[in-house]
Amino acid sequence: MSGDGALEQLRREGRIVIVGASLAGLRAAETLREEGFTGSLTLIGDEPHEPYDRPPLSKQVLLGHASADRTELPRRHGLDADWRLGVAAAGLDMAARRVRLADGDEVEYDRLLIATGVRARPWPHPTEAELDGVFVLRTRDDAARLQRRLAASPRRVLVIGAGFTGSEIASACRERGLPVTVAERGAAPLVGALGGVIGQVAAELQREHGVDLRCGIMVTGLEGDSAGRLRRAHLSDGTTLDADVAVVSLGATRNTEWLAGSGLGAGPRGIACDAGCRAFDVRGIVTDDVFVAGDVARSPHALFGYQFLSLEHWGNAVAQAATAAHNMISSSSERRPHLWVPAFWSSQFGVNIKSVGVPSLGEEVIVTQGSLAEHRFTGVYGYQGRVIAAVSFDQTKWLEFYQRQIESAAPFPPEYSSVDRRPEGLRPVPADFPDPSLPTHGPSVTVSGYSPTDQRITFTPARA
Amino acid sequence: MRLVVDLNRCQGYAQCAFLAPDVFAMHGEESLLYNPHAEAAQREQVLRAATACPVRAILVEDPDDAPDRVEEEGLSGVR
Repeated sequence: MSGDGALEQLRREGRIVIVGASLAGLRAAETLREEGFTGSLTLIGDEPHEPYDRPPLSKQVLLGHASADRTELPRRHGLDADWRLGVAAAGLDMAARRVRLADGDEVEYDRLLIATGVRARPWPHPTEAELDGVFVLRTRDDAARLQRRLAASPRRVLVIGAGFTGSEIASACRERGLPVTVAERGAAPLVGALGGVIGQVAAELQREHGVDLRCGIMVTGLEGDSAGRLRRAHLSDGTTLDADVAVVSLGATRNTEWLAGSGLGAGPRGIACDAGCRAFDVRGIVTDDVFVAGDVARSPHALFGYQFLSLEHWGNAVAQAATAAHNMISSSSERRPHLWVPAFWSSQFGVNIKSVGVPSLGEEVIVTQGSLAEHRFTGVYGYQGRVIAAVSFDQTKWLEFYQRQIESAAPFPPEYSSVDRRPEGLRPVPADFPDPSLPTHGPSVTVSGYSPTDQRITFTPARA
Repeated sequence: MRLVVDLNRCQGYAQCAFLAPDVFAMHGEESLLYNPHAEAAQREQVLRAATACPVRAILVEDPDDAPDRVEEEGLSGVR
């Protein structure tokens, strides 16, 4: 009974600190209040802005249809929170339950939620990255700067990396009538997320819209003029390309450096947590009072073989934040697992791309409806004889059906007939994902001591 | 007024684009682009669009029913 009393006290007058004031942090704070938490609530964010929405930044904002500084997220209700914006968290003392801020201040907590997300991976050569004309796109300030430069009609934009963000940037450039070259190391755009079969469709879309798409190519150097302005790029095939804007779209790095030495299981691959969003420490023991949500979290998903999934998805941030917030102020029997089925969307070259499940687990893909050639289709991914994911190009209405198929572990290839099935949809083909055995950025863990009481784990985060 | 659309839910019914065309616009066959900041003059249209959405994907913060703003809650610890 004393446990129940402590929980009641936490809900009434406890101190909850949320590090990360973006989508996940905001939604978690709202959920805490909705579920009756009346204690003190502190939100810490390194950017000076209120929580804002990022998906419009690479679309509406770059097209000039919306303003980067008017993208604040709507609130469901008041939060009565203490906002510490413009100051990053700099350290965590788990024993003393304290977060240290970059300005030296400290904030104590009874429950902590970490939602520090990711940041754009910068161009690896610092002096080249500082050239005028070299951009990344992650924050609203990034978007405002890039939008201003695109509005000034550069002669050519180079997009480095053809993932979703890079492809959306290229699409916006073409829509603005700007010459654009996309350099992608892989065999096709979106190949890491959707595989080579669907990647070929993305490549066709880019070329049909006038993108100078170069696959199997790396940018080996960026060269500036005497005034420090970007002039040209050097490519791995030995050629050079004149460009006055380069947008580095090489994915994201997780914001976990501030947790170094804290004892939390945090590194370049994110922060591992259980299905209830409780963070693991470096010993692999789950914590009672530190929770994780959003892009920075890695959590096991029951539907996908309990694999630890790291999902940089808008919908994941919303769903995981709500689950984490609920679990933070609930007894163990009332806690819920994070069982959200992964889903994302992208809008590029006039096509609406949406996905459910985890395509990158797919061994094979079959086009069950529509046609690749028409750029309007639904593709279903199979893994070990079951449906694991689906992707649609301008066919979003079918996706909910396939989500149910994923949730019910329906057999693959699908045994039923489907509307608008074409000859290419009669047989699955290899999904053609890049080799997953290529080196990753895993952490190094060493164990010392022999008996269980002597054993110590030393955790050395690898470099991203 | 602030708004956001859950585009995982959106299925391109385009009701919002008919009801508040200055804020919501279809881009291609079924992509929706919207302005996350609508002018106050658009209030009636935006609220109607949010209500009409068949999949309830539009979240609007109505300024006439606004929750506390950050300034009122204490910024950077100066509470």
